[in-house]
Formats: sequence, structure tokens, C-alpha cells
Amino acid sequence: MKKTGEKESIFTRLNDTNLLLSITIIVFLVMYLGAIFIQGGGFTKPQMLFNILNANAALIITSCGLSIVMITGGIDISVGGVVALVSMCCAVYLDSPNGGSIPVSILIALGIGLAYGIVQGFLVAYLDIQPFIVSLAGMFFARGMTTIVNTAPFNVANQEFVALKDTRINVPGLGSYTRKGIYVPAYVEIGVIVALVIVLLLFVVLRWTKLGRSFYAVGGNKQSALMLGINVKRTKFMSHLICSVLAGIGGYVYFLHVGSGAASHAMGMEMNAIASSIIGGTMLTGGVGNIIGTLFGVLSLCTIQAIVSTAGLDDAWWTGITVAAMLCLFLLIQSVVMIQKRKALKS
Amino acid sequence: MKKQNIIIRAVSNQLFIPIIALVILTIINLIHDPSFFRPTLVVNNAGNVVLSGSLITILDFGSELAILAIGMTLVTAASGGQDISVGATIAIAGSAMLRVICGGVARPSENAHSVLLAFFVACLVGAACGLFNGTLVAVFKVQPMIATLILFTAGRSIAAWINHNELPIVPDPKFGYFGGVIPGIPIPTTVFIALGCIIVIALLLKFTNLGLYTQAVGINEKSARLNGINPIAMKILAFVILGLCVAIAALIKVSRLSTINYSVIAKDIEMDAILAVALGGNALSGGKFNMWASILGAYIIQYLTTTLYTLNVQSDALAAYKAVVVIILVVFSAPTVRDGCGKLIKKLSPARKEAA
Repeated sequence: MKKTGEKESIFTRLNDTNLLLSITIIVFLVMYLGAIFIQGGGFTKPQMLFNILNANAALIITSCGLSIVMITGGIDISVGGVVALVSMCCAVYLDSPNGGSIPVSILIALGIGLAYGIVQGFLVAYLDIQPFIVSLAGMFFARGMTTIVNTAPFNVANQEFVALKDTRINVPGLGSYTRKGIYVPAYVEIGVIVALVIVLLLFVVLRWTKLGRSFYAVGGNKQSALMLGINVKRTKFMSHLICSVLAGIGGYVYFLHVGSGAASHAMGMEMNAIASSIIGGTMLTGGVGNIIGTLFGVLSLCTIQAIVSTAGLDDAWWTGITVAAMLCLFLLIQSVVMIQKRKALKS
Repeated sequence: MKKQNIIIRAVSNQLFIPIIALVILTIINLIHDPSFFRPTLVVNNAGNVVLSGSLITILDFGSELAILAIGMTLVTAASGGQDISVGATIAIAGSAMLRVICGGVARPSENAHSVLLAFFVACLVGAACGLFNGTLVAVFKVQPMIATLILFTAGRSIAAWINHNELPIVPDPKFGYFGGVIPGIPIPTTVFIALGCIIVIALLLKFTNLGLYTQAVGINEKSARLNGINPIAMKILAFVILGLCVAIAALIKVSRLSTINYSVIAKDIEMDAILAVALGGNALSGGKFNMWASILGAYIIQYLTTTLYTLNVQSDALAAYKAVVVIILVVFSAPTVRDGCGKLIKKLSPARKEAA
């Protein structure tokens, strides 16, 4: 057993989650530092990082939800549709002639997410229908409903909302000087705070609560989870519920960032969320994954996009190709790591 | 007693759901507008006499879906997953085809190469995409949906890159025959292309072990290997066949317009193709399949789309109605619901007997 020595100990000491997580963080750091030293320009300013966060707070939230579903061994491709539906409904409500209030619009967002979660969770967990098909139908439904609610895209003029949208929170100690020598503090939007709170909350839930542990157990091996006395159906239901509610919150954050409703909002967001989760080390087979990894997955994905667009390669096709190449790379890493590990355990 | 058996047997038949869907759609159309079923002869823009009407539309626009459904059924059966990159690979294959025909010039005055050569290149490209997906799935054991996510993300970008983001227009009007009509024949050419593909796959399933081996791999990979079937080769083969289907569908799609729009061509067709397989009552988790049910499913989806259009549903809102139909379908085909229904029928039948 001990003959294989070093190699075996590396692979067995780090568990799957931590191994994949460290790969992701290292790749992100290398990429970002590379961007700073090679590309320079905007990347040297801290605001660049915060801009990436500002633009992608919604993606972080939806990716976290998706990670939980994927850890439990399912998939949900309806999140992009839910985001579009939420922003459209909130936009229509806030722009209604009687004027809408912010708290009610937040309730609308949560309500849509909750309704989606209950229906999809019930179909997947209690009727044993494939999650892919259920959420496929969910995506169709959300996209269709968005155009039924309102066809034309429009900006929201509600004053309370615009004030909330433009709220900027300065980051203490970070900032940069413009060419004229004026100090501009770095800022984040409210959505980023929401996203980071959710990341922390989910990290705690996944790590230290019974529910979080049962997600891993069900995703790892359904049969043995059942034998351990875990309510598999309820766990699956909960994972879809959380994912859809997070999609609802993500939808509101997205809406807060763009300030408009349109049927074409968040197109392809589900695929970006899945890609981020995978890059962040969530295994598709279930049972392995980490919320912090997902956060770094989103950051890596968006940094690549930022690098591509600032490098002057902004012919639209480059983004698609680089993201796909990165996804491919990480899938291969995952696959190779798992095969190696299995070999290491066998010998 | 005999009557009850017939009911149970009919309900458990794989073709039950597609046929019920067909009947319901037909009833809706009969009530709404019976002229739906009456094909008429009209003269089209080019001066040819062609058949027209909703039924012809279904056969015409359902053909690429039916062709894709053939490949998708094999992939589903062999790998237990679905290929979501077909729309994007149609864009790649179509783009390659245009590059060969137009020779890299946006507005050529004549074809640089023959259509046959272009189609051959498209087939190669389609097969190469299939090989890529198949290798990831079979060798690297990546889930099919995620492996194909790569081409799904990159496909349309690659397609744009092949033609340097230009939209070449094929000068030769004969190229339009594949997606339109050949002068003198009133039926759309696509119907014949689809028929050809169906005949080829029927012969393949009849005279080779393709069907049997694919099902064996899908049901139990390990025991298939122990019986001397190479599961890796079978999975890759399924993806390559789907790649060829994609190339044929790309020919039809590009020919309809004589040009290409990278972001719109064959958009969401992967979803329709997967639905066709599901609608045909095939298990999406792989294993046994029924090719005819899938093909029927493809035409039913086109039937549904055309029906919704005649009911004046907006094209953007179409997705919501389709989603409702899909949910109803999957709920009824879910094993738990089926068991429940079976018990219900059994409970009801003795009561009926007593009443009689």
C-alpha cells in the first residue's frame, strides 16, 4: 500500500472537493495576475475587479443555486428564463400607472422563484421525471411568459427604483486616480453585497448543517443516502426549491443592474451558470462541489471575457470560443483527476 | 375482463402518447378550421405549381426535425444523454458548406465549387463534431449534456469565424431546390430528403446490428462489453451518425435561405429534437428505443407548432404553450403516475362490472 508513496498521498489526502477547488483558485489567480502584468491598462485598477463583480452579481447568485442542484445530482436549465421573467414582471409592476413599491416588487421576484421551485421540485423529486426535461419545459415557459407579459423591451422610470439602482457603496481603502489626478474610490452595487451574503450563507449551510450534508450524500450515492435514513425525495425537492428561489433573487439583482425589462435578457445565462459551476469544481455526477469554488468559477469565466474584450479581440466570436475552450479544459482536468484518483485508490 | 386488458395494453404501448397527441391536435384543428387539412395547388414566386397548405407545411418544416430525431434517438439510447449542440453544429456545417460553395467570397457571381463537394465537406465537419462530442462522452466519461455544452457555447462563434463573420449568398438558384421545390414537382424536396433518411435508417436497423448493439450499450454498458460489444465505439458511432444527420439538416436549412444567419439558424432546434425523442415515449435515460415513435414525435411537434400558428399565437409566446404541452406529456408518461393510473383503472373496473 505504501509503496506508491508521494503520489498516492497527494491524491488521497486532498479530497475531491478541495483538490478541484484549489485548481480553480490557482487558475483564476494566474489568469488575473497575467492580465495585470501582460495587458496592464484597466486591470491594474481595483475597479476592474469590482466592475466584473457588478456586472455578474446575478450570475454568481444563479450559479450558486445551480451548484446546489448539481451537487445533489440534478440539473436546472430554467434559471436564465426565470431571471428574464422576474425582471420583466418587476419592470411592468414598477412602471404601472399607480406606481409600484420596491418591497412588493421584491416579493414578486421571490414569489416567482418560489412557485418555480415548488413545481419543478415536485415534478423532479416526487414524480421522478428527469430534471433536464422538467427545467427545459420550465425554460420554454419562462421565456414564453416573458413575451406574453410584455413584448417590447423598456426602461423603468420609477424614481425610488432608479435611486436604488444607482446606489453605490464605496470600498474603503481602494481606489484609483484619474488622468487629472482626481481620486475615484472603487465602488460596488447593492447586488454584489447580496451575492456575497448568499455565497457566505450557502457556504455555511453546505458545510455545517444537516440539509447541506444531505445534499452531498444524495448526490454521491442515492441508495446509501436512503439507507442512512435521509429523505432523498425531500432533499431533491429542497435543492430545486433553493435553486429557483436563488434564480428569483438573481433575477431581481440582474434587474437592479440593468434597470429594464426585455424578453432577451439573460439569454444563455443558464449555460454560463453551468459552465461556472463546472469550472468551480462541481462534479456533474453529483456529490462533489463547493460554493467558494463556484464564486471563483464565475470570476474566472468573467475575467476571461473581460480579457478578450479589452484585448481588442472583441469580434463577438472570440468570447464564445474562449469560454468553450476553458470549459473543455476543466472538464478534461476533472476527468483525468478522477481517473488518476481511482487508480491511486485501487493500488 | 378482455376489454380491461385491451385498455391496459393500449395505455402501456409506447405509441399511446404520440397517437393521443395526434388525435387531440386533429380534433382541435377540425373544430377550429377544417380547411387546415385541405392542400391546395398554388403558383409560387418562381412560377412553379406547388402544393400548399398546413399539412404540406408540417411535412416540409418537420423534415429536418425528423432527420435530427433519428440521430438524437441513437445518441439517447447509447449514451443515456442528449446532444444539445445540434443547433450550433448545424451553423458550423452550414457555414463550412457556404465557404466551399462561395470560395470565401461574400458575393460570388458563380459557384466556386460544386454543391456535392460542399455537402461532402459539411458531412465531414458534422462527423468531426460528432467525433469530438462522442470522444468526450465515451472516452472521458463526461455527461453527454455537458460535453455537448462546449460546442453549444462555441458553435455559432466557430461558424461565424469560418466565414470571417460575413454572410455569403449562394448565386446559383439551383441550390435552393434542396430546401424548396424542384420545378415540375409539386411536393417540397425536403419531404423526399427526409424520406430518404428514414429509408436508410430503416435498412440499417433491419440489416445490421446497430439497433441491438446500441440498446445493449444503453441498457448495461458492462454486460455489453462482456458480450464482446465495444461500448466506446458504439457511443462514438451514435454521435457520428447524429453528426451526419446534422449535416443533412444543415443542407436543408442553408438551402432554404441560400445564405446563413449564424445567431438565428436552427435556434432551439436541439430542444425540439430532444422533445421529439421524449414525445415518442423513449426513455431519456437510454436503453431501448423506438425509431418510428421518435420520427412520429418530430412531426407531431411540427404539427403542434403549425397548429399554434394557425391559432394566431405569437412566435415568441409559442414556447410557453409548448412547455405546457411538454409538462402534461411527461407527467403522464412518468412511471409513478402511470402506476397510479393503472391502479385507478383496476379499482374502477370491478365497480363497472357490478353496475353492469
